[in-house]
Amino acid sequence: MHELSLEAIRSALARREFSALEITTHFLDRIARIDPRLNAFVTVDRETALAGARAADAALAAGTAGPLCGVPIAHKDIFCTDGMRTSCGSRMLGNFVPPYDATVVERLAAAGCVTLGKTNMDEFAMGSSNETSYYGPVRNPWDRERVPGGSSGGSAAAVAARLAPVATATDTGGSIRQPAALCGLTGIKPTYGRVSRHGMIAFASSLDQGGVLARSAADAALLLGAMAGFDPRDSTSIDAPVPDYCASLDADLAGLRIGVPKEYLDAGLHPGTERAVRAGLAELERLGARVREISLPHSPLSVPAYYVIAPAECSTNLARFDGVRYGYRCADPQDLFDMYARSRAEGFGDEVKRRILVGTYALSAGYYDAYYRKAQQIRRLIAQDFHAAFAEVDVIAGPASPSPAFRFGEKSTDPVTMYLEDIYTIAANLAGVPALSVPVGLVDGLPVGMQLIGRHLDEARILNVAHRFQQATDWHLRRPGGID
Amino acid sequence: MEWETVIGLEVHVQLATRTKIFSGASTRFGAPPNTQACAVDLAMPGTLPVLNSEALRMAVCFGLAIEASIAPVSVFDRKNYFYPDLPKGYQISQLDHPIVSGGRIRIELPDGSSKTIRVTRAHLEEDAGKSLHEDFHGLTGIDLNRAGTPLLEIVSEPEIRSAQEAVAYLRQIHSIVRYLGISDGNMAEGSLRCDVNISLRRPGASAFGTRTEIKNVNSFRFVEKAIAVERERQAEILEQGGQVVQETRLYDPVRNETRAMRSKEVAHDYRYFPEPDLLPVHVDPRFIEAVRATLPELPDAKAARLRSEYGLPAYDAAVLCASRELADYFEGVVAACGDAKTSANWVMVELLGLLNRENLEIGDSRVPADALGTLIRRIADGTISGRIAKTVFEAMWAGEGDPDAIIAARGLRQLADTGAIEAIVDAVLAANAAQVESYRAAEAQKRVKMFGFFVGQVMRESKGKANPQQVNELLRRKLDGE
Repeated sequence: MHELSLEAIRSALARREFSALEITTHFLDRIARIDPRLNAFVTVDRETALAGARAADAALAAGTAGPLCGVPIAHKDIFCTDGMRTSCGSRMLGNFVPPYDATVVERLAAAGCVTLGKTNMDEFAMGSSNETSYYGPVRNPWDRERVPGGSSGGSAAAVAARLAPVATATDTGGSIRQPAALCGLTGIKPTYGRVSRHGMIAFASSLDQGGVLARSAADAALLLGAMAGFDPRDSTSIDAPVPDYCASLDADLAGLRIGVPKEYLDAGLHPGTERAVRAGLAELERLGARVREISLPHSPLSVPAYYVIAPAECSTNLARFDGVRYGYRCADPQDLFDMYARSRAEGFGDEVKRRILVGTYALSAGYYDAYYRKAQQIRRLIAQDFHAAFAEVDVIAGPASPSPAFRFGEKSTDPVTMYLEDIYTIAANLAGVPALSVPVGLVDGLPVGMQLIGRHLDEARILNVAHRFQQATDWHLRRPGGID
Repeated sequence: MEWETVIGLEVHVQLATRTKIFSGASTRFGAPPNTQACAVDLAMPGTLPVLNSEALRMAVCFGLAIEASIAPVSVFDRKNYFYPDLPKGYQISQLDHPIVSGGRIRIELPDGSSKTIRVTRAHLEEDAGKSLHEDFHGLTGIDLNRAGTPLLEIVSEPEIRSAQEAVAYLRQIHSIVRYLGISDGNMAEGSLRCDVNISLRRPGASAFGTRTEIKNVNSFRFVEKAIAVERERQAEILEQGGQVVQETRLYDPVRNETRAMRSKEVAHDYRYFPEPDLLPVHVDPRFIEAVRATLPELPDAKAARLRSEYGLPAYDAAVLCASRELADYFEGVVAACGDAKTSANWVMVELLGLLNRENLEIGDSRVPADALGTLIRRIADGTISGRIAKTVFEAMWAGEGDPDAIIAARGLRQLADTGAIEAIVDAVLAANAAQVESYRAAEAQKRVKMFGFFVGQVMRESKGKANPQQVNELLRRKLDGE
């Protein structure tokens, strides 16, 4: 049951081959049995999940079922869930129970999804290995001595270990695509503004975007269609109709122009990853696409620009966590300053503090022009690179991460090494364009991802390319051993 | 030594939207603490601001009223500082690209002169909550009802030169926002708050002196007094050869002094940057024209019209146009009686006198405009004298009904029957034979004063109802033999 695609689950539920209660119970049981070895979930609410499953069964019986009625799902713990703790991987929100649902959660619930629980993540989505979570690291199901990637490591590990058929996730600089690559999944970060940020706890507002971690492009297309769309509660959400992503999955790739940025196949890339990505590109050519080299000349500036803009925004987004109204408050504050200082010192972890400090510095009087303004200028140049490239190609392809999953502690001692994990993914966030990662091979038994970047609002195209690729290959069907 | 006072004002006007600038919570004043703060106002994680288009419309309205330019694209910024009543840890405001820039406000001064003060800019921002330090035994209570209330911050050029000008400028803004209906202007409830920037320089100097900023001066009277004492303080420092420290000060109305705020109360680096949760605001020229079409007649234009249409003196016109309601009331009185000058006198002297005495607004007047018009008509048509009219007006204020009913019920109709008045005159002359004797013996100059005595006696006998003109004529005939 846990190997079924979303489409298969839907039709099985429709044909009454099993009930929503049965499949929900099945996944809850797997979580209870397997997750202690992975730590993918921070909250599992069995009673709420079972109640949701019963309601789904009633709707199925009454013929009032939504399009995803009875499909179990896990939500990254960055999405607010009404009445269910939402910690964002932080001690700061260890006691925070939102009185509202994020728009993403609300829409998926309306479509009939049954929430299994909330998945672990790097604290406030700041990290590329899931090692910054206050609730402990998540283990990669492919090798439990290795990281699952981050920040959506919990969602990735949960889907890879078949603890949930699909999960929501967020991506600010690669937090969906890099864990997708490291866990052998299909993960899509849509166009900035395609999915509402309302109720999604902010890391860097101008870069954050909700998306999906799934086992196939077809599953991702189905779920994204139910999540996406304009939301009046998010002023940056795009008021444009959402196409039927599933309808265009099978479109022919003949004549499709794919550009491979020469800057993405550089010295920093793991040779095994490079081989796998080149093989993937060859497969796309066999499917009719024309692959050619292009240049995104400002790519090398994307990591430095990102590590000014994202910390700058996070430094003020996280100012609200002050111990006054909700969240962690230190014991026995002596005065206001003491309450602020100790609540934040005790409530936030090191990586979060590092970024708050960097961001505060970058926005300070006398430094703003040198850092923040300069970074915004670079951001515009990077967006122009994509604009120019998309005048000549339809899709841009390359690696999703520099190497397969690394060991715990291998990169966490040096922040800059860790930041380079996102070297291929950050540009899409800076430019706001959609991008996904598909499994493209195994290196020493570990999955490798190929990234596909599309034009603004052209999610349908990259999902189509990923789906056709998955029709011709079986990398996405490989599963980690030693879990069951 | 002689000093020129240089003043610039930052006026915060609370806009009268039903809901907050970035959330759907109500802005009603005076609700129990924290009952009008939604998840957005509490800065709950994941919540996002959405601009209230009504606040934008009101800002555009103000901009057009002061002949300013409306930015085709304006940008919201975050102003970062920690304070317990600032839930997000930043205030959403506008720094480099305000919605309104470059307007002008004309002020009328008591000496009859007028002056134009230029407005640098006006921008939209959100208000913070309130910290309540009393009643919590050493702790601080936070009320977030006010958090997110829309404010329009109006910044003047440093072109104000006296406390009087500052007050006139503030009154004019008060009047404009009330005319436009974009604020209730209620200073007691904090709907209009003022920061005063003030510095001194020698007359003729072109460079500005070092300024201080007096925060949150919240009444016309306090603005006047705060400027006076701060001016004196700075002059004293300068005359002793000292230097004014650039700092933020508070005005203490009890001790009538300004004092420096503790440095902890002043944030130094607000780390402004564009608010990524809100897109730049694009204002369509067609929208601007649509707002322009809704602008009411503004105080200056209305005063000019009252002068030309009714021949009122500038001073009367200015007083009557201080509020739209007062001007409307005046025009209602004129419409009912047709005599503008008398109407102006009655409204400015009798009506405003009673309103001030009872601390009421024109909207609270217990005498409707048409009733006052009727009263004035009764003077003109000789039904009552001007003096009796004041009695009738008091009775109208006391709720005794319309003027005709009061005149009838109290028997105040003027005696116009010559026979009846003559009988009273004859009786008075008979009863005061000695005075009549000495009157006739007196010189012409003395007679004037003595004549008044007889008039007074007749009026008293008639209980004020005798037509004064007839009384005069009869007395003159009988005493002087004319």
